[in-house]
Amino acid sequence: MTRRFEMRLAGTGGQGAILAGIILADAAIREGKTVVQTQSYGPEARGGASRSEIVISADEIDYPKVLEPDVTLCMSQEACDRYGRQTRPGGLLVIDSDHVSRAATTQAVRVPLTSLAREVTGRAIAANVVGLGVLAGLTGIVSRESLEQAVEAHVPAGTGDLNLRALAAGYEEARLIKG
Amino acid sequence: MTARLMQGDEACAEGAVAAGCRFFAGYPITPATEIAETLSRLLPRVGGKFIQMEDEIASIAAVIGASVGGAKALTATSGPGFSLMQENIGYAAMAEIPCVIVNVQRLGPSTGRPTSPAQGDVMQARWGTHGDYPVIALAPWTVRETFDLTVQAFNLSERYRTPVILLMDELIGHMREQVRLPDADTLELARRTETRVPPRWYKPFENFPDGPNVNVPPLVPFGEGYRYHITGLHHDERGYPTDRPDEIRPWLDRVFGKIERSLSDILLYEEDGIEDANILVIAYGSTARAARHAVKQARTRGSRVGFLRLKTIWPFAEEVVERAAARLHRVVVPELNRGQLVLEVERVVGRQKVRRVNRADGEMIRPSEILAVIEDLEGAV
Repeated sequence: MTRRFEMRLAGTGGQGAILAGIILADAAIREGKTVVQTQSYGPEARGGASRSEIVISADEIDYPKVLEPDVTLCMSQEACDRYGRQTRPGGLLVIDSDHVSRAATTQAVRVPLTSLAREVTGRAIAANVVGLGVLAGLTGIVSRESLEQAVEAHVPAGTGDLNLRALAAGYEEARLIKG
Repeated sequence: MTARLMQGDEACAEGAVAAGCRFFAGYPITPATEIAETLSRLLPRVGGKFIQMEDEIASIAAVIGASVGGAKALTATSGPGFSLMQENIGYAAMAEIPCVIVNVQRLGPSTGRPTSPAQGDVMQARWGTHGDYPVIALAPWTVRETFDLTVQAFNLSERYRTPVILLMDELIGHMREQVRLPDADTLELARRTETRVPPRWYKPFENFPDGPNVNVPPLVPFGEGYRYHITGLHHDERGYPTDRPDEIRPWLDRVFGKIERSLSDILLYEEDGIEDANILVIAYGSTARAARHAVKQARTRGSRVGFLRLKTIWPFAEEVVERAAARLHRVVVPELNRGQLVLEVERVVGRQKVRRVNRADGEMIRPSEILAVIEDLEGAV
């Protein structure tokens, strides 16, 4: 079997973990990759645990859920407590340090996604897109061009520019992390 | 058409429209709501009707009415709504009214876990309404196949004048995959047969003399000058209530016969690597994805494992399973329930041969859980 690339984005309902997953999946499709995106959330419209899972592969994907994520993004303390340690050894764990005080491991990459979002867009809600920029910048799993197209295709009308600024802030943060 | 990211629920809605469905009545429920949401956009564009009803009982009733009026009609729900629909599903079976009922299964019983996948309504799909009746139920395992089997569901329901159940689950309904939909004009679509007799000779429930042909009398839409009676009571060939065993029996024989004689058309399945296998995994719906993952892993480790995936789960593919399992020592049946379709497998191949893999806690069965059973059996073979 060819190698699967697995990613899990987790947070609280309303933070946009699922939308971020859809954007990433769409970006992968634009590059001709095979992708499956699934989600898991509670019955609440806001609040409650929410997670989005993306599996990317060069060929057919049988099992559609994450088995051992290569990359995990945790946007809440609860999400980090639950999923932080499940990341594959040597994998990447990114946490929103505005919402997560206790990281599961010392290896975690801490980025203040929410404050960055507020800083560059004036809206904390764009933290998920900042997160996408960080993840894509660090892993290169999709190209920036595809990701920008996918962001514009999926965010609410009139927020395209704002979200592209959020994405750029994420990429910039990734560049600083890589040093 | 270029590939686009699509949810299983959306693919179901697209499939319905492509199949010629022009009527939807339903009540929103997780995880089936996106089917209604998508059809509320698609149907008006093609001159169809979308109605959000007051509940699921009214929804299936409206669908039956629309079908008698000549439209291909659909409703979509999940477990709690499927329970409410059972009485009228029986009515559609009794009155032989084609319609498609989608049940995107979630964890039950009762309200259960609305956002968690399950395959707990397999037996309900078969026996949910009271009495003896045949049923067709299909279970897709990908987003693309959800489109295809929705089209098939309409075709089978029209061809055999029967309600057809599309048994999806939360995983397939909410999952997104890239999908390239076929061009509408490449699809083979069943149309309702027309009658050749004038109104006064028309018998909507005619039992033709027994022969090799499948016995499905044409259903003429109301409003075309053909006056006839429809009832949930046992009825004669014209549709009027009867208590005569010599009229009830031929009806039963006919409605069962039309399905039983058409199994080669109705039973959809795929099999892989069965010839030289000594273990067979039988699966359906979302669980089949974990199963195939496990089967591939087992094969790379040298195991000879066959894979049989049932797309049609009702009627149960007895002969297909019997033939596939005949030579084999062991059969593994993973399901997202406490063991439902496995009862049919056990009936056909014998309990001793079968190992169950079950999960009903809201999480998917992982490939490793199936692989562990395969390896355990390998050691024993």
